[in-house]
Amino acid sequence: MKTIRIIPRLDIKGPNLVKGIHFEGLRVLGNPSNFAKEYYNSCADELMYVDVVASLYERNSLSNIISETVKEIFIPLTVGGGLRSITDIKNVLKAGADKVSLNTAALKTPELIRETSLSFGSSTIVVSIEAIKQPNGRYLAYTDNGREYTGVDVLEWAQQVDELGAGEIIISSVDKEGTAEGFDIELTKMISESVSVPVIAHGGAGSIKNIIDIIKIGKADAVSISSILHYGIKDKFIKDNTNSEGNTEFLKKNIGFSKINPINLIDLKKELIKNNINCRI
Amino acid sequence: MKKVSIIDYEGGNLFSVIQACKSIGLDATLTSDYNKILKSDGLILPGVGSFPYAMNILKKKNLINPIKDFISSNKPFMGICLGFQLLFSRSEEFENCDGLDVVKGTVRKFDFQDKNIKVPQIGWNKIYNGIGWKNSPIENLKQQEYMYFVHSYYVDPFDKKNILSYTKYEGFEYCSSIKKSNIFATQFHPEKSGIEGIKIYKKWSNLL
Repeated sequence: MKTIRIIPRLDIKGPNLVKGIHFEGLRVLGNPSNFAKEYYNSCADELMYVDVVASLYERNSLSNIISETVKEIFIPLTVGGGLRSITDIKNVLKAGADKVSLNTAALKTPELIRETSLSFGSSTIVVSIEAIKQPNGRYLAYTDNGREYTGVDVLEWAQQVDELGAGEIIISSVDKEGTAEGFDIELTKMISESVSVPVIAHGGAGSIKNIIDIIKIGKADAVSISSILHYGIKDKFIKDNTNSEGNTEFLKKNIGFSKINPINLIDLKKELIKNNINCRI
Repeated sequence: MKKVSIIDYEGGNLFSVIQACKSIGLDATLTSDYNKILKSDGLILPGVGSFPYAMNILKKKNLINPIKDFISSNKPFMGICLGFQLLFSRSEEFENCDGLDVVKGTVRKFDFQDKNIKVPQIGWNKIYNGIGWKNSPIENLKQQEYMYFVHSYYVDPFDKKNILSYTKYEGFEYCSSIKKSNIFATQFHPEKSGIEGIKIYKKWSNLL
């Protein structure tokens, strides 16, 4: 039985770890390094950093935080957000990222996937697909955190991405992202069964059951989660956090997020193992 | 401080290998210089990317002789992932392609009948058995320890007595590390395998 990966995803804006709902209304949660270390020490299988405002400014500004992270965290790190060119990719890899995730750039220039997977190795290239379900039931791919319409069919795009040589696909449901209502199982299953490479499900984890379902029914090879982990430990670092810039109102008032049952990563993995899902502890 | 050279061939992330070395107090540098390589206490051949592409770069940068000469010098050598596969005689990646041939064997593609099985294997998997681990860099690991793997190809060594550990992916058992005199090489990435992986670097560095 294959080992399923649990990948904490850290959305980063400037110096802060943030979290939104449907990628909007970002709240500051704290210093990303604190969260990254905590997850590393509690058996995270990989980490993912996403510069959530990079697409807007067309640049990824995570180099410093990447090089700090990799000095003491020895698990794979994927970095995404605003990576447009081979030079951008080289820069984050040089800073210490192991993989990059591409969305906008890949949709604009699909050949970039082939070119970069040949030169950096296909396992370095992860393509992120942001899907929104249309009223007619079809899923279309969006860019810029679900803001920009492309008209591209998600299933066709995923198959093309696979053929072009990407090593993995992250499938994000913009409809579910940050809602804690559960993953889009139909979407993930459709993609996972149609491509040869591993699929990482993202968007919607609110409970352990959601995570079990996306693995067992949705056929996810890996699961990317944020709120459900972040909200469980944000108070631990609260003293470090409240002076930082951005929308910190939420932190200062110390309110939770009622729809989420926060969980510790190790406890989550123990529950998965109880449910016959293989994972590393 | 012991000096370790890391073979510098473009592409792939070599940064994590340097960081892992630094974290245990080794002086690690990326290099493609013959004298520097031969003078170092240990040599690491890392690698991400495709076999033919990497062999081409090794040829172009005149790195084949320094690697072979270093291995002949009997000083500790470590190969990682593609750097493990490159040691073998040949690979079936794209077309048949010759490797460094310092270990006899062939690199083959995972070939599953069930098309639902994902290739590459990306993620954590267990290492076990093989020849005894005593006096090898994985000596301090427990049987069935998880290591981080990323690969579509596996090695099929001619001589089974070089196989240090096995790993099973979707029911298929293959060689996940070898030890042959001063050569230690792994399909998995010790530098990406958390604290247990760093233990491997530490143990290897004790040989220097």
